[in-house]
Amino acid sequence: MTGASAVSIEDLSVYLGGRTVLEDVNIEVKEGDFLGLIGPNGGGKTTLLKAILGLIKPPRGRVLVLGMSPEEARKRVGYLPQKSLFDPKFPISALEVVMMGRYGKRGLFGRYSPEDRDAALAALSAVGMLEEKDREIGGLSGGQQQRIFVARALVSEPELLLLDEPATGIDSSRQREFYELLSELNEKMTIIMVSHDISAVSTYVKKIACVNRKLYYHSSKELTAEDIEEAYQCPVEMIAHGVPHRVLREHD
Amino acid sequence: MPRGDDRPRRPPSGFEGARLTMIEIFAYEFMQRALFAGVIASVLCGVIGIYVILNRIVFIGGGIAHTAFGGIGLGYLLGMDPLIFAVLFSVAAALGIGAISDRSRVSEDTAIGVFWAAGMSLGIVFVSLSRGYAPDLFDYLFGNILAVSWNDVLLISVLTLGMIILVALLYKDLLILSFDPSYGEAVGLPTRELRLLLLCMVALSVVVLIKIVGIILVIALLTIPGAIGRQHAQSLKRIMAISIFLGASFVLVGLVLSYQLNIPSGATIILTASGTFFASTLLTR
Repeated sequence: MTGASAVSIEDLSVYLGGRTVLEDVNIEVKEGDFLGLIGPNGGGKTTLLKAILGLIKPPRGRVLVLGMSPEEARKRVGYLPQKSLFDPKFPISALEVVMMGRYGKRGLFGRYSPEDRDAALAALSAVGMLEEKDREIGGLSGGQQQRIFVARALVSEPELLLLDEPATGIDSSRQREFYELLSELNEKMTIIMVSHDISAVSTYVKKIACVNRKLYYHSSKELTAEDIEEAYQCPVEMIAHGVPHRVLREHD
Repeated sequence: MPRGDDRPRRPPSGFEGARLTMIEIFAYEFMQRALFAGVIASVLCGVIGIYVILNRIVFIGGGIAHTAFGGIGLGYLLGMDPLIFAVLFSVAAALGIGAISDRSRVSEDTAIGVFWAAGMSLGIVFVSLSRGYAPDLFDYLFGNILAVSWNDVLLISVLTLGMIILVALLYKDLLILSFDPSYGEAVGLPTRELRLLLLCMVALSVVVLIKIVGIILVIALLTIPGAIGRQHAQSLKRIMAISIFLGASFVLVGLVLSYQLNIPSGATIILTASGTFFASTLLTR
């Protein structure tokens, strides 16, 4: 955690289907950061993650991940996609799902080695799911499934973890526990997390950025009321309760 | 009764009406070939079928099979082996349906429908242009496992072996593709190419199965064993093993029944399979 740059984005613009999804985005994420990305639906949060993964070739701007191009860095990045609509009856065990995270190390036609299996077991144990390793994925609760997918993102021993709405499908009573797990992981790696849940984000993350086509970011947990109003395009009320900001949206 | 007769050829007149034991039935070489081809095809169905189910491409399989009829027609027209052209047409259909639904604004089921109907129409036009007598045309539509030659058995074996090797090499990759393709894309899996490859594997499987159950019934034999296997097992490899066993049983039972009752073999095999499927579905509700 030398304060080196984990993600560096300069003047990034992305257009999809004739629409400007991201415009002039600039952000510098340091190693060891825990960045929360908030913003309205369709505001470009997932697109920003995809640009960091190198899944979208930006027509304008520059994205550097761990000092290299996103494609080169991909093997050192763990990714948890937005809750995937997988077939709940898919015949696959938790361990097999986690092993998928080793794909980057093995490549097409490659075979998993005992080392991959050990890494998968270690990742399962890191998320507290070792005992469920042989269970069918569809038989687990939403929160347990999400832990398995976090383990899959962890198993490649990444330096950067990208999480897209990781708390979806987790009972609210279990969410605290889940975020605490992420805080623990943050001791070892940089995390960027997309979330709807602004109050949770402001409790557990170190920094917040707000994305709605443009990115509002002050390299801190502070966002001004103007930032959020501009990002969400609707009035917000800010309440500070020890928790830096709780943002409530007003609707007409 | 249609001209193409895919009922088992009864032994010479002295046996007429007699019920034969299994051993006596399989003393005939055409029955041995049929059983051989059926068991090997069951291995193929068991390995490929579960991917067809998990990737929800059953009806792409149907589209590919029906497009293959165009190739069979062309084979008649040129006086060459229809199966060779069936291979070409079905692979073209796999790549065509895959590419269209991938890139253009045409949805997948529309592409399937167009290929399906265009392939059948081409086949009919080619056959009518050939003006020849096409006695076994009906066999290609509804299958005739009893007309399988040793050459066909060889072709089926080679294709099946190739497919098993591919699945073994790409096992982990196909698992990611089937379970969570968007995650696969994010970690660098060439999902588009892999999906096209899977469709081509389905296309080749379809050609193998055309000889046995025919174009119209292909998707049933490809998917029913896997569908039942899935009701009873939680791991992919175990489902494959169950499917192979079930597929071989359907072929064997169907073959014997069709012989004893003097009814078409392809349809009997599929009715045996679908009957088992309904029973299994009711039991595992």
